[in-house]
Amino acid sequence: MVSIQNLHKKFGKNNVLSGVNLDIKEGGIFAVLGPNGSGKTTLIKSVLGMVIPDKGTISVLGKSIKNSSNYRNKIDYLPQIANFPSNLKVKELIKMIKDLRSFTNHDDDLITHFKLEPFLDKKLGNLSGGTKQKVNLVLTFMFDSPLIILDEPTSGLDPISLLRLKDLIQSEKAKGKTILITSHIMSFVEEISDEIVFLLEGQIYFKGTINELKTKTGQSDFEHAIASILTNNHA
Amino acid sequence: MLKILKYSFYDLMRSRWSYVYFAFYLLLSVVLLFLNSDLSKAVITLMNVIIVLVPLIGTIFGVMYYYNSKEFTELLLAQPLKRSSIFLGQYLGVALSLSMSLVLGLGLPFIFYGLFRSNAIWDFSLLIITGTFLTFIFTALAFNIALSNENKIKGFGFAILVWLFLAIIYDGLFLMSLIIFEDYPLDKLSLIGTMLNPIDLSRTLILLKLDISALLGYTGAVFKQFFGTNFGLIVSFIMLVLWVIFPVYRIVYKSKRKDF
Repeated sequence: MVSIQNLHKKFGKNNVLSGVNLDIKEGGIFAVLGPNGSGKTTLIKSVLGMVIPDKGTISVLGKSIKNSSNYRNKIDYLPQIANFPSNLKVKELIKMIKDLRSFTNHDDDLITHFKLEPFLDKKLGNLSGGTKQKVNLVLTFMFDSPLIILDEPTSGLDPISLLRLKDLIQSEKAKGKTILITSHIMSFVEEISDEIVFLLEGQIYFKGTINELKTKTGQSDFEHAIASILTNNHA
Repeated sequence: MLKILKYSFYDLMRSRWSYVYFAFYLLLSVVLLFLNSDLSKAVITLMNVIIVLVPLIGTIFGVMYYYNSKEFTELLLAQPLKRSSIFLGQYLGVALSLSMSLVLGLGLPFIFYGLFRSNAIWDFSLLIITGTFLTFIFTALAFNIALSNENKIKGFGFAILVWLFLAIIYDGLFLMSLIIFEDYPLDKLSLIGTMLNPIDLSRTLILLKLDISALLGYTGAVFKQFFGTNFGLIVSFIMLVLWVIFPVYRIVYKSKRKDF
């Protein structure tokens, strides 16, 4: 599905990614974890072509993404911070993205799923952070793409919306889609992901299931297992 | 690209500033026509205002639009769209809506005043065309500056500096160099100097057409002598087109290599 070879990226003097090799097979939920500044967002943005790597190759669905934009038709992306043009109405934004991409009628189901009807005629600048995130989720999930990338999907959501999001992710997984998630909420990751990828100092420190991680670190609890990686490497 | 252009254009058409800009030109040309009661004199006065003001507005609007729509741009970048079409679409959206305010704001009063029955119509059209060129040139320069500077304040400062340099300082330096090197033949130097500044170039272009030798100045005189009126017009038009093409090309080049 996604294959990354020897990916390097520097921002000024800051070496964010130094030689990442990663293969993500089709189907299932993959969580990309790591401490702040470990390069999770940079890795995701490289796959999306928003960040241009210094070195290395990335291919999505078997094709190199270099100088290409059409492959993004196969990707749904949820950005980390939901910032939208503030003088646009929710309805207009959804219509615009549909116009720019392709026809879909999933948006109505998603709007009911997240109970967004009362906000459709409001301007995006007047929405709360959580509501913006819900709009963000609608925009992401309304296209039926085989690869879904979610950067901190839980941020700002209330408990009910979080439950709805989990249902949504599981139903997408049931359709055989590949879902890539970054999150700092360990309970969310533990509950939802099939496999985790742990980034540390610009490289992949661990890739495997949560149980494998627990045996590797000798901890019985997922949160402690992650914590033990961090303390052992930063002590 | 056309879809992005459409949305940028609508977005700007809804913004208050397009109307302020339109109203300003409307007022300016109405007042000038009132005071001058002569179309060709009004054209000359307008030229002096346009040649300084249009670049300023183009620069500020361009930089402001780029920084304000940053989030929107990031949203677009994750969609299956080419980078060049995103940025060219936005650029054309800004440049076209500014040009529209200019053309309508200046054009309407002149048309009501009886432009079509007067022989100032060609001078006036040339003024509008150069104004549009200047809008396209300076919006493109503004986009270049904004693309190269992540920091808003730095970008704004730099953009204003570029405008100040081309609109005012350049002329001063140019004049000083003419005085200092007066013993040498300066025709070539002044020709090149004029070509390298789109504002000077527009001024020379309009004055050549109006054929007012008193206002032409040294460069204008050299221009006229060197090229003759018609050839001079063509050469300066070509230079203005190049002034649009190069910054636009750099927008495409720069945007392909930028990280977001």
